[in-house]
Amino acid sequence: MSKKIGDVILDLQNISLRFGGVKALTDISFNVRQHEIRAIIGPNGAGKSSMLNVINGVYHPQEGKIFWHGNERKKMEPHMAAQQHIARTFQNIALFKGMTVLDNIMTGRITKMKSNFIEHALWFGRARKEELAHRQKVEEVIDFLEIQHIRKTPVGRLPYGLQKRVELARALAAEPSMLLLDEPMAGMNVEEKQDMCRFILDVNDQFGTTIVLIEHDMGVVMDISDRVVVLDYGKKIGDGVPDEVKNNEDVIKAYLGAGH
Amino acid sequence: MPGQANFASVDGLHTFPRLLLNHARTRPAAPAMREKYLGIWQTWSWADVNERVRALACGLASLGFKRGDNLAIIGDNRPHLYMMMTAAQCLGGVPVPLYQDAVAAEMLFVLQDAGIRFAVVEDQEQVDKMLEVMGEVGTLEHVIYDDPRGMRHYTQPFLHDIHELMEMGRIHDRNHPDFLNTEIEKGHYDDVSVMLYTSGTTGKPKGVCQTHAAFIAAAQGGVQVDKLGADGDILSYLPMAWVGDHLFSYAQALVAGFTINCPESGETVMTDLREIGPTCYFAPPRVFESLLTSVMIRMEDAGKLKQKMFHHFMAVAKRCGADILDGKSVGFGDRLQYWLGNLLVYGPLRNVLGMSRIKVAYTAGAAIGPELFRFYRSMGINLKQFYGQTETCAYVCLQPDGQIKFDSVGQPAPGVEIKIADNGEVLVKGPMLLKEYYKRPDATAETINAEGWFMTGDAGFLDEDGHLKIIDRAKDVGKLSNGAMFAPNYIENKLKFFQHIKEVVCFGHDRDMVCAFVNIDVGAVGNWAERRGIAYSGYADLAGKPEVLELIRECVEQINADLVHDAMVADSQIHRFLVLHKELDPDDDELTRTRKVRRNFVAEKYKVLIDALYAGKANQFIETEVKFEDGRRGKVSADLRIIDAKTFPIVKKAA
Repeated sequence: MSKKIGDVILDLQNISLRFGGVKALTDISFNVRQHEIRAIIGPNGAGKSSMLNVINGVYHPQEGKIFWHGNERKKMEPHMAAQQHIARTFQNIALFKGMTVLDNIMTGRITKMKSNFIEHALWFGRARKEELAHRQKVEEVIDFLEIQHIRKTPVGRLPYGLQKRVELARALAAEPSMLLLDEPMAGMNVEEKQDMCRFILDVNDQFGTTIVLIEHDMGVVMDISDRVVVLDYGKKIGDGVPDEVKNNEDVIKAYLGAGH
Repeated sequence: MPGQANFASVDGLHTFPRLLLNHARTRPAAPAMREKYLGIWQTWSWADVNERVRALACGLASLGFKRGDNLAIIGDNRPHLYMMMTAAQCLGGVPVPLYQDAVAAEMLFVLQDAGIRFAVVEDQEQVDKMLEVMGEVGTLEHVIYDDPRGMRHYTQPFLHDIHELMEMGRIHDRNHPDFLNTEIEKGHYDDVSVMLYTSGTTGKPKGVCQTHAAFIAAAQGGVQVDKLGADGDILSYLPMAWVGDHLFSYAQALVAGFTINCPESGETVMTDLREIGPTCYFAPPRVFESLLTSVMIRMEDAGKLKQKMFHHFMAVAKRCGADILDGKSVGFGDRLQYWLGNLLVYGPLRNVLGMSRIKVAYTAGAAIGPELFRFYRSMGINLKQFYGQTETCAYVCLQPDGQIKFDSVGQPAPGVEIKIADNGEVLVKGPMLLKEYYKRPDATAETINAEGWFMTGDAGFLDEDGHLKIIDRAKDVGKLSNGAMFAPNYIENKLKFFQHIKEVVCFGHDRDMVCAFVNIDVGAVGNWAERRGIAYSGYADLAGKPEVLELIRECVEQINADLVHDAMVADSQIHRFLVLHKELDPDDDELTRTRKVRRNFVAEKYKVLIDALYAGKANQFIETEVKFEDGRRGKVSADLRIIDAKTFPIVKKAA
């Protein structure tokens, strides 16, 4: 398999993030290349989710620069991230529990819709035409992730593993060029993890989507990612291909808890 | 003999490719196949299907597929795979459908035995299996796949996308416009049309060679008896390798010209069933059982009023529903009540089950519990049993409208002769008999005797109205040590009607009493346990709960009370039983792919449990290896309690 890893599309330079006196991230630099699977790992409280939130524009670092496709990014809000084709999933599932799988995934298309709220409410004119086109795209995602059988099931009734898959589906429906996954495999059994790995690899392979993921399961991370960055107490302690990281002294120490 | 089939109603159209051509000529725009793609049902007309079959056949020919070649077909029910069957037949080849959920090693035997050069498979999963066995199947030259997903990085030159094959075929067809018609003309009704491998309850699978004439005769007979017309719809969701699916979704669909509908995936069958609302539905008893179980579970969760209404009208239906369906005379009061019940309960229930438009529903493959059978008929669903084997195109006995007996499989179908041998075995003759077992003249000679009777291996008898009753597999019928008949299937089926029981294996041949293994239905029992606040972690845990064992004991005792009334089987009351710690599973070779119990295998594997049952022990420890779907292995162990069930004294009736 020959995957073409492209140029750097996201470059984070000397990022520091503080909440009052608490230093969440200190002077972190790393980059993400096009089409790669980039993992962020680290013990609990290392700052992984904060990092993702910085990329996504939820948190605004006090220091440091972020370059997106070579341009320095000004202060950004999450919806602007969506418009820049960055989609994400959450650590604790953030779906609309009472809505069906189909409707939940449809919400992933919202930034692509041109018709306004009134048109939607009246289900009239271009809103109607638009929805049909979007439904087509959503169905392709449903087919891709093999969740046809739960299309009309309210999300709240689904087991955890499937909810995670629906969340991925919603992110994919936005046709992102970069996908941020916050612990996509947390709380899953072996079989569900295998499925999820396969889907992540398929997404990366089929659509060329760049993927940044946070994960605790070392086996999974080492198997599927191209490069790994390791955080501990808000600092970067390792960065490189899985084999390098695996043999890094600091990383081993952080994970085995020695010296703490 | 197969050659003497009756072709009165399809004159001159005595092979499947000719039948297809005829539909495409006479009713080109009528729907032939449907498939749900991206959430929307896509329709192919007969003309579309004909065009594609033509392209596929020419494509195969340009790859070098020749008359007499066998074509392996592996995958879920997909229109392209059905079309491939006809395409192979156009060229005088023989389609060989395989069970798609088998692992590569299990497919190996069939692929080797049939000398497969060409395989058509559904998707990447099946392609991987082919690549796995390629080295051992020296004959395999080309693999064609239907779904290109995940195939981008496969560069092997012998892999072909089915759409590319069709393009190749279209070019070939333009350059040699007469080629295919000549090939179709060469086809003869006595040619083998399909090879279906027996599931192999005993020994290696055998390839059953059926001719065009045999399957067309079987399809015609069925279509005539049940008046299936060209306007019908059938949901094709059972394995294509199974004779039942081949008869209904292929042979009958081409003979009668009705539409086959392929579900989106295995898990969506229930939804698709509701959306299509087929006119003809076919399912093994197990499916009807689990449908009923799911209805009962949902009913138990319903409100008081709904429950009351349901039970009241189900009692009405039980009293008179079946008679109304059979057109027998029923009192005015009952008729009125049934009409009301139809409005409030049966109609909506049929709708939920996707059976609102059903003209006829069939079941076969195993005996169906009379209670279960009666339930569907009383609700106004014309459920019928039929009887047949792979060797007889699943066509031996049918139940004509109005003459349905719950405990028989019906009368001999048109053109079929039945005889009962001295040992009670059912013998069959007719146009639908197999031509031979592939490369197994020894096996062919064993099953078809000198006078041309096919030996079914089933024990049965014809009743006074000429209805055939099947008791059990002839080889399974045994004797208890006191000489009384022991028909394990009969007892097991009775127990399996309880919604809490999924599978039973009874033992008793040459023993002084009958003992049983039970598998609980984890859905039904789980729901039952939840409502009682019984916590459990999984199947093994649930199966070991004292409350569950007590529940199963009640079921067993109810059956014992029932058995005691029938002199033939009164001795077969179940004395002791245990609930197995794992579900019997085809992956562990305990069930066949059609989900029938491999009795001897189970008996051997769990010998220590059987010994404990008969030694009078109160419990027994067991550890079993299990195979997971991905091929990994694990172990489950449990200390099983053995339960004594109450039996009832046999009252000898005055002769």
